[in-house]
Amino acid sequence: MDLRRSFRLLILAALAGAGLVLVMQATLDDYILSIVKFVGIYTILAVSLNMTNGYTGLFSLGHPGFMAIGGYATALLTFPVERKAMFLPDLPAWLAGLALPFLPSLLAGGLCAALTALIIGPPVLRLRGHYLAVATMGFLIIVQVMITNWDSVTRGPLGLNGLAELTSLWWIYFWVALTFYVAWKLKFSSRGRTMLAVRDDEMAAQTLGVDVFRTRVFALVIGAFFAGVAGGLWAHLITAITPTSFSLVMAFNLVVMVVVGGSGSIAGSLITAVFFTVITEVLRPLEEGLELYGISEITMALILILILIYRPEGLFGSREPACLQPDEPARGERK
Amino acid sequence: MGAGYIAQQIVNGLILGSMYALVAIGFSMIYGIIRLINFAHGDIVMIGAFATLGLMAIPGVPFPLVAVMVLGVGGLVGVLIERGAFRPMRGAPQVTGFIASLAVSIILQNLGILILSAQPRNFSFPAYLQVMINLGPVSFRLVDLMIMVTALVLMLVLMAVVYRTKLGVAMRATAEDLDVARLMGIDINRTIMVTFAIGSALAGIAGLMWGGKFGQIDPLLGFVPGLKAFVAAVIGGVGSIAGAMVGGFVLGLAEVLFVGLLPPIYSAYRDAFVFSTLIVILLILPNGLFGRSSEERA
Repeated sequence: MDLRRSFRLLILAALAGAGLVLVMQATLDDYILSIVKFVGIYTILAVSLNMTNGYTGLFSLGHPGFMAIGGYATALLTFPVERKAMFLPDLPAWLAGLALPFLPSLLAGGLCAALTALIIGPPVLRLRGHYLAVATMGFLIIVQVMITNWDSVTRGPLGLNGLAELTSLWWIYFWVALTFYVAWKLKFSSRGRTMLAVRDDEMAAQTLGVDVFRTRVFALVIGAFFAGVAGGLWAHLITAITPTSFSLVMAFNLVVMVVVGGSGSIAGSLITAVFFTVITEVLRPLEEGLELYGISEITMALILILILIYRPEGLFGSREPACLQPDEPARGERK
Repeated sequence: MGAGYIAQQIVNGLILGSMYALVAIGFSMIYGIIRLINFAHGDIVMIGAFATLGLMAIPGVPFPLVAVMVLGVGGLVGVLIERGAFRPMRGAPQVTGFIASLAVSIILQNLGILILSAQPRNFSFPAYLQVMINLGPVSFRLVDLMIMVTALVLMLVLMAVVYRTKLGVAMRATAEDLDVARLMGIDINRTIMVTFAIGSALAGIAGLMWGGKFGQIDPLLGFVPGLKAFVAAVIGGVGSIAGAMVGGFVLGLAEVLFVGLLPPIYSAYRDAFVFSTLIVILLILPNGLFGRSSEERA
């Protein structure tokens, strides 16, 4: 019963999304389409960070670091062999002779990011709270410094440019849908409940036999995978990637989206990701017209402070709208 | 690489470290009293720097008076921020305050750009402060000496306030347990406000020093000192004033010595080194050098 209902819902949502993609491709101009693509990428980022930050309560500022790793990995794999010889003459032979299609490259990018998370997770996740925030911020800065100085592979501060514009709306749609599906399935699975339990009361979760440490590592790794993929999509949308593409400012913006939407709420992350990206784009021409640079950032920040004062648990808390709830409400979801 | 060179590097590290320490102390005090990671703290450094520039442009105001007024400006801005943004959300989860402070930081930076323009401005102290002083192999400007002495004096004053006055008792009690402090008849709103004022005043004066040290200021300059204060406070154990001082000096020395003593090709890795060290320190001493074990979670 439950399964059939959610399956039907899923098909319906997928079809609606595909229809939307068709309509948008037919009616919108390139500029608007590129904004739509950015909205999609931010959605992937916010929803995936929500799995790390929202479900499990790991305050990570390292998301852009994983994006950078995934972005560079993807870009290096899709880069045509002859251009590699020209731009990156010192590349190891196996990589210099390799050029893959987009999907395997994206997957490889995501896996590289996930692998990095798996390596740094066990030591770093012994830290809690703000200390974890500092350590993940440190990770982001270390990644940036490494990329800047690893000239033979990354071309240093110049970055890689002239990438093929491979990120079509369909790819965005596919990855947004996949991120959603995974986030949604996860949230209402036993593993997802484990994650929420670790967030809400670590000691109680541990007493009930939850392997807290593995849960935390898992949350970091799965978030990192989608961040890596999003990095690859990003790089092939603006057709360039530099060490500063993915900054601490972006980490802040993503955390803001998760918290304003409500930690743990997929719908919340979606709505805030769309809202914030669109508002920024709408305010930009206005700001240039009035020559009041900085006014859009100020507006956003004021909105944020008001939301935090009047709705500190975020727009949705940890909840989902009724149509996204499975029939049996998850524990802790009941009001 | 003689002893003189190393001595010079250590002096440079101490000068940088005393500025980090001043910013880190305020940062740590504010964390200690309401468990708020205040990312807007660095932007008060920026405001302090611009206030100095503005006040020095007024003819007839002697420099020491400028410094005192900058302390006042910093404290005032701190109080305004506390009243406007942080007091209304007191009692919310810690992450909420942290994010609000990011928002405040963005507002301050962009107001700076809007009002002052993003163009960097030259910043120079009166000529008598630029005199070079040579002590054997070590040389520095009078400004640098002034930075260190002022920083140390302010730290001593702060210690005296926190450990020898009634206000200091109230501050420590509020930091210990806000609710119990209130039950004991402490006006916690006033105490928190004063803490913000003191911490922000120190950040403001650090802005004066920052401008004097680097010679150029712009509305986004607060990011680096804010970040470094965060790191320094964490090294020392967030919430501990002595820890923030030591953390500031450790960080300043580590940065300068890393660049000064290792071959130049490694100097590009400075920030990576700083943060790797930080992560290692945290793994060995999860609560910093002086922090007490914290019971709170994210």
